[in-house]
Amino acid sequence: MNIVVAIKHIPSIADDLPVKGNNIDFDSVDFVLNEFDEQAIEQAVLVKESVGGTVTVVGVDLIGELDNVLHVALAKGADKAVKVTADEPGADSHVQAKWLAEAIKGLSPDLIFAGVQASNDLDGQIGPMIAAYLDIPYIGGVSSVEAADGTAIVTKEFSGGNAAKYSVGLPMVVGVQAASKPPRYAPVSKVRQVAQTATIEKVAPASDGIGAGLTIKKMAPPVMTGHAEMIEGSSKEVAAKIVELLKSKGLA
Amino acid sequence: MSNDIFVIAEQMDGNLAEISFEMVGKAKELAAFWGGQAVAVVLGRSVSTNVFSSDSTLYIDDPNLAQFNPEAYGKVIEALVKEKSPRVVMLGWTATGMDLAAWLSARTGKPCVAYAKDLCIENDALVVNSQVYGGKMTAEVAPDGDMAIVACVAGSFPAETGRGTTSATQIASPISLDGLKTKFVEAIKPAGGDVDITGQDKLVSVGRGIGGKENIELAEELAGKLGAVVSASRPVVDAGWLPRTRQVGKSGLKVKPKLYLMLGISGAPEHLEGMKSAELIIAINTDKKAPIFNVAHYGATADLFEVAEAMLELL
Repeated sequence: MNIVVAIKHIPSIADDLPVKGNNIDFDSVDFVLNEFDEQAIEQAVLVKESVGGTVTVVGVDLIGELDNVLHVALAKGADKAVKVTADEPGADSHVQAKWLAEAIKGLSPDLIFAGVQASNDLDGQIGPMIAAYLDIPYIGGVSSVEAADGTAIVTKEFSGGNAAKYSVGLPMVVGVQAASKPPRYAPVSKVRQVAQTATIEKVAPASDGIGAGLTIKKMAPPVMTGHAEMIEGSSKEVAAKIVELLKSKGLA
Repeated sequence: MSNDIFVIAEQMDGNLAEISFEMVGKAKELAAFWGGQAVAVVLGRSVSTNVFSSDSTLYIDDPNLAQFNPEAYGKVIEALVKEKSPRVVMLGWTATGMDLAAWLSARTGKPCVAYAKDLCIENDALVVNSQVYGGKMTAEVAPDGDMAIVACVAGSFPAETGRGTTSATQIASPISLDGLKTKFVEAIKPAGGDVDITGQDKLVSVGRGIGGKENIELAEELAGKLGAVVSASRPVVDAGWLPRTRQVGKSGLKVKPKLYLMLGISGAPEHLEGMKSAELIIAINTDKKAPIFNVAHYGATADLFEVAEAMLELL
């Protein structure tokens, strides 16, 4: 089975996000792999391990630092890595989805995985867009995938603990919420070893002017409508104040 | 182009989801300003549809739409909006709407705004507030062109103004649904056998900050002393540290306990959807700018392990 994972390199939200003009200052933030893409990579490798085939990880190299992300994916069991060399840190989902769809088309995939969402999906996620550009079905919020003979059985999660199973004729795009097993860990030594031997295929971005069609007027931290009353002091003092608070409300 | 606002309603087993009413209420405001109609659009089978305060309701009743099917729903909505050219199409940023909004945008070439918290009109043009970067940033965006697709976060608008008795008009599917590649197989109802976190008075809820499965025991111990149960945010469940029955949030369960004590949860919008109406929210997090501090009643920037251990000594 020919399996592809489309990934997104996104600004890390672990630290403050500095603003420049009407958008994030992309030059002064760290980029990380979208957390849902870790689940997508894991699910892809699990399917490969179950039915055989190859896993190709494809991403847009926005800031020239995607190699490490791709090396980690290879260390976890992906077979090939492809990067669309763009050098456009602020490329929106529409632009990236179009580039990725063009790059993926030539790979004739049976199954394409993507993270169900990313925190910077202002204009929507790349998964459904890649499906639309390739004119194949999409299902997101997926937590398990079994594939065989041109068909995939996927479990999609709904709210309130509800879920449903679907059978889909391949090829299709799957938006992964969570892999059916927790993502494996790639030891640093293995990643280093992969980095020394792996070849990453480079693809030039297709240029056809598709964009999100959004004008960002302002980007700023949310206006505070309320704020927690902060409990100050050492951890012990904080603990004591919380216990006191709970006792005063009859909750401890 | 018309000045109509379409709301794609959501239903499961014929029961309309709350967000459908929330969006209809907001759509009425926008439609009234532009002199168009707020149109509720219901896809399904045997749904009671005369429940909205919309100016009109379109009901596509078809066996292929009985359960959510992204391919079938997408095709119908695409055909409908291409035919009717509404000014705005509102969907939920939910398990179902998330499969449709960006897809519809790529199919129609019309812009999409996800994570939407509010829609307003400035100088006759639509402006959408979107909560991105895990709730750390609000983007104010103006969609270009004559039609915008907006995917709204649940709980952003009051549901009450969307309720009413407008009679629905039943229409045939505007496109053939023969030969779908996507087939609904079966529904999976919530797994039983574990405690029901929605029925608890007190929850000790752990997030990514708990660090590892081995540290869940500390949370269990603290919960035990408080007469509480341990719940979690999505990353903890995805990592396999707690079962999915304990997950609070958009893709998990909605809870409303008397006490929601949060250890190491930053408060992404998806989590807030599931717990923001808890009576007393106390959050402990090392990041003093974590969005959860905008929602919690009490907060502390502290090491959760130290605080939890110190609390154990006092309880």
